[in-house]
Amino acid sequence: MDWFYIQGILMLAGINLIAVLGLSLLTGFTGLFSFGHAGFMAIGAYLGALMTVSPTTSPAGLGLPFAVGVIAGGAGAGIVSYFIGRITLNLKGDYFCIATLGFGEAIRLILNNVQLFGGSRGWPGVPYKSTLPAIIIVDILAVIFLANLVRSRHGRNMIAVREEELAAQIAGVNVFKYKMIALVVSAVYAGVAGVFFGHYMTFIQPKMFSMTKSTELTIIVIFGGLGSISGSVLGALLLTALPEILRAFEIWRLVFYGAAVILIMISRPKGLMGGMELTPAGIRKARNERKARVQALKESKNSQNGEVGVG
Amino acid sequence: MADILEIRRLTKRFGGLAAVNDVSFSIPEGGIFGLIGPNGAGKTTIFNLVTGVYSLTEGDVRFRGKSVIGLPPFKIADMGITRTFQNIRLFKNLTVFENVLTACHLGASYSILDSVLRLPKFRKEEKALVEKAERLLSIMGLTERRDLVANNLPYGMQRRLEIVRALALDPKLLLLDEPAAGMNPDETEQLMRLISRIRDEFRLSVLVIEHHMDLIMGICERIVVLNFGIKLAEGCPADISKDPKVIEAYLGATEEA
Ligand SMILES: Nc1ncnc2c1ncn2[C@@H]1O[C@H](COP(=O)(O)OP(=O)(O)OP(=O)(O)O)[C@@H](O)[C@H]1O
Ligand SMILES: [Mg+2]
Repeated sequence: MDWFYIQGILMLAGINLIAVLGLSLLTGFTGLFSFGHAGFMAIGAYLGALMTVSPTTSPAGLGLPFAVGVIAGGAGAGIVSYFIGRITLNLKGDYFCIATLGFGEAIRLILNNVQLFGGSRGWPGVPYKSTLPAIIIVDILAVIFLANLVRSRHGRNMIAVREEELAAQIAGVNVFKYKMIALVVSAVYAGVAGVFFGHYMTFIQPKMFSMTKSTELTIIVIFGGLGSISGSVLGALLLTALPEILRAFEIWRLVFYGAAVILIMISRPKGLMGGMELTPAGIRKARNERKARVQALKESKNSQNGEVGVG
Repeated sequence: MADILEIRRLTKRFGGLAAVNDVSFSIPEGGIFGLIGPNGAGKTTIFNLVTGVYSLTEGDVRFRGKSVIGLPPFKIADMGITRTFQNIRLFKNLTVFENVLTACHLGASYSILDSVLRLPKFRKEEKALVEKAERLLSIMGLTERRDLVANNLPYGMQRRLEIVRALALDPKLLLLDEPAAGMNPDETEQLMRLISRIRDEFRLSVLVIEHHMDLIMGICERIVVLNFGIKLAEGCPADISKDPKVIEAYLGATEEA
């Protein structure tokens, strides 16, 4: 394996990570499952390309700097998600999930028919702008933003929505607003990831953003552990690299991939990190929780007759 | 003294069933009010109507003179009404401390930008929230269990934690839905004292649903009795326990059971 090859895998993992971090907020912290986030990646990828593609190679290109593409892709996905949220976030959990699936497929079908962007044949000539350092910087910013958001009253309100929606409402949490914030943030992340993806592949095609891609993102979040940023990071790195490393095994690689995911989920049903963070504070918290549990167990054994009544 | 909650001709129908039928009563500021009646009488439905979880069919609910009809639950909570649930609804995977800290959020106003950039406003307000949550835990005797995940708490403690979480909102009216359900006599005794203490220390009014008659008769100043969605009687504990209608519909049955 040469550096060029490894670098390619790292870049793909880093790009996936951006989208996964956003989805982690929506699914892992707010408890909403989406099977359409590839749709937001597609919006980002196409809007980004629209900005940066040179007008000489494609009539649709504007030839603007890459940074403009990143901002446009993120903002565009965010704005679309806001309108999707207005329609779907009042639906009960499962219906929201189905609605996102429909959205993702709709975006793909629409792009298949926009001849200006090459339709289903795809759009070549996207400039190669996604460098490894740029991706790493965006990853770091994305992690910091997310970690600070989650550890604030806003993040706690989102977690409350995940844990017990009715109790959250009664505790004064505007459930709709916090679901909306989580959705828009996750869509912006997906949009930015889409821009980087397009400018890494230098060619974009609607079928790259299919339901399989959406599902892959969700699997990574669950694999890493709901409600854990470190889990999402590890999940994105492992599960993006794994299929690439297994590429040597040809057709068997997807079998290995599936088996690896199933194995982890059986041995660790709460995902790789199970809601825990791999930071000094996160480890301290996990230790305190364990200590409290052990102590509570001891107490309940000591007071055998102080038993709990039946409901 | 003025009434904190006024329920006027409240009706809720589920299809053909009138779960609450033309019920009126008022809770005075600072009072402890009991709501009793047989299973399915419509008690929990009244809580759901007052807190905006259900929309009513007819009538009006006024909190400190202002109608809460049509407001979403979180706004009603913001105004100062909160509750506990008959079937406990804690944030199960969060610790005791996190449960309370989450509910303290109304005391802060920092924005998302403040949090993401960790600006001074965030630090200052967040510190106040943590202090408030810790104070509540210590007043309510839960400091020892601070780091225990709510799901691992003993049953009686879970009910207590739900009350603490409600108090974190600084409510003016606290609705308790069968707070003693599943508690042993000892815990019920403690709970009675706790409810009276909360009313005095937090200066709020309480409306409590309970089947434990000792608790209801021991702490309530007034009691409303429901039966099949209709208000059967209202009065002080002494009168209610002697009321032949109430004895026939409810109290007699409880003693046999
Ligand atoms: N969401 C609903 N849809 C349909 N019917 C309902 C609904 N909620 C309550 N009911 C009905 O309304 C009636 C009153 O129910 P409610 O839960 O208010 O009784 P309750 O007095 O709290 O009884 P319990 O002591 O058993 O808790 C019952 O017949 C119940 O089946
Ligand atoms: Mg009930």
